[in-house]
Amino acid sequence: MYYSAANLKVTDPAPALKVQLEDVNIYFGKTHAVKNINMEYPENSVTAIIGPSGCGKSTLLRSMNRMHDLVPSARVTGKILLDNSDIYQKGVDPVSLRRKIGMVFQKPNPFPTMSIYDNVIAGYKLNGRMNRAEADEVVETSLKRVALWDEVKDRLKTNAMNLSGGQQQRLCIARTIAVKPEVILMDEPASALDPISTMKIEELIEELKERYTIIIVTHNMQQAARVSDYTAFLYMGDLIEFGETKKIFTTPEQKQTEDYITGRFG
Amino acid sequence: MNPVLFRKFKNHLMTFLMVAATAAVLVPLGMIFFHIVKMGISSVNLGFFTEIPKPPGEAGGGMANGLAGSFVMILMASLIGIPIGIFGAIYLTEYGGSKMSTTVRFAADVLSGTPSIITGLVAYSLLVVPMKGFSALAGSVALALIIVPIVLRTTEEQLKMVPGSLREASLALGVPFWRTSLKVTLRSAMSGVTTGVLLAIARVAGETAPLLFTALGNQFWNKDVTKPMAALPLQIFNFAISPYDDWHRLAWAGALVLVTIMFTLSLTARYFGRGRQRV
Repeated sequence: MYYSAANLKVTDPAPALKVQLEDVNIYFGKTHAVKNINMEYPENSVTAIIGPSGCGKSTLLRSMNRMHDLVPSARVTGKILLDNSDIYQKGVDPVSLRRKIGMVFQKPNPFPTMSIYDNVIAGYKLNGRMNRAEADEVVETSLKRVALWDEVKDRLKTNAMNLSGGQQQRLCIARTIAVKPEVILMDEPASALDPISTMKIEELIEELKERYTIIIVTHNMQQAARVSDYTAFLYMGDLIEFGETKKIFTTPEQKQTEDYITGRFG
Repeated sequence: MNPVLFRKFKNHLMTFLMVAATAAVLVPLGMIFFHIVKMGISSVNLGFFTEIPKPPGEAGGGMANGLAGSFVMILMASLIGIPIGIFGAIYLTEYGGSKMSTTVRFAADVLSGTPSIITGLVAYSLLVVPMKGFSALAGSVALALIIVPIVLRTTEEQLKMVPGSLREASLALGVPFWRTSLKVTLRSAMSGVTTGVLLAIARVAGETAPLLFTALGNQFWNKDVTKPMAALPLQIFNFAISPYDDWHRLAWAGALVLVTIMFTLSLTARYFGRGRQRV
């Protein structure tokens, strides 16, 4: 069912592009929140989107799995391609799309009425029934993949709200990968967590990228530098600079990027 | 007067006034309850729950048919009213455009403020006149009209308290909106919704006016919902205004049973309301 990690190692020197943004503009009513963005995310890479508060990074992220559609005044123009097909074209069902492009939120948000076990398979359970053996397997694989299995295997049936914040967030990641997405969007996944939990989430991102394409929005520049292969710097809705993380953090081309990452503003 | 003493005097005076106001709330409730217990307890026995009323002049008898009738009508009213109230509330909070919601919300408030005798009249003209006869069904519809706005407004308040992050979590997993509304949003608000439902049931359990010219009441057993049916509050009303002492005693017993049922429902509602989920 799953590919083994070994044959998914990126051997191809130019990996396929998983997600591409072409001239993406996002509006809220008359506010132009994200302006003319062009970016590409290679398969099995981690891309960080950084920038000061209100620069449009979360908005951009939420447009990539059409969570944005839920805001009545929001409008997206341009193309967002997943495997070369536009997710905004007619006939694309946002519900099925979201099963391919999962999302992890800023604040851990496990379902408070469900057990740990049910939270992991929520994506299946909320959509219907699932046979027991299959559910057991999905729960175990997903929890192992987020390194939570050993901590919770003896209390799978207890309420998910009894977990610590960091464990809850890992549970939310397990819930996201349980439905077998191809891309995972993370909206400041560690900003509500303590340093140790943050470190665990970062290690996890490193492992997850072997299977998934990850796009992460973060406030924390050190985090971007640690976990990502590519970094995009957004400012006031404009993409200022986009490139390999190493380059962005050592020899940025734009003065604004340099000012931001050296902490002169933001 | 010494200013410190005067300040202390004012403090005591205000405390006394507030205690008096609290007592003014509690004392009538206590008096009603104790009076009903005093007058009714002697007639509450097994026969009350198993027998139908005896003709005037014969001792004994009970209100079994009234209890059963109330149960049947409340059950039918709940089956009609609770789903409408809950689904209406989901529509208002999860789907509704602002203008539509405001209108429905206003309509619900007007409906819940309508005197229940008027609700009875509506059911009378809707069902009793076309069906050419009083019926339990008409009584249930009248009660349902009272249940709907209560359930709608309490459910709406509860749904509004469910954080948006839970809806997002579900939608991001590729769960359709309607399933999210039912299985995540409503599910998370369930304890509060249960409280609202129980309070609505407690409210209609004691309603007499809407049943007067719908269910009408019945001295005998009746299982046919298209025929007049007995109800506990109606029987209390009819027996209390009768000139017979035996019937008066039954009315007191009925009042005690009714108050106990409502008390239990309210306490259960509080119990469900207390275990609110922290999110």
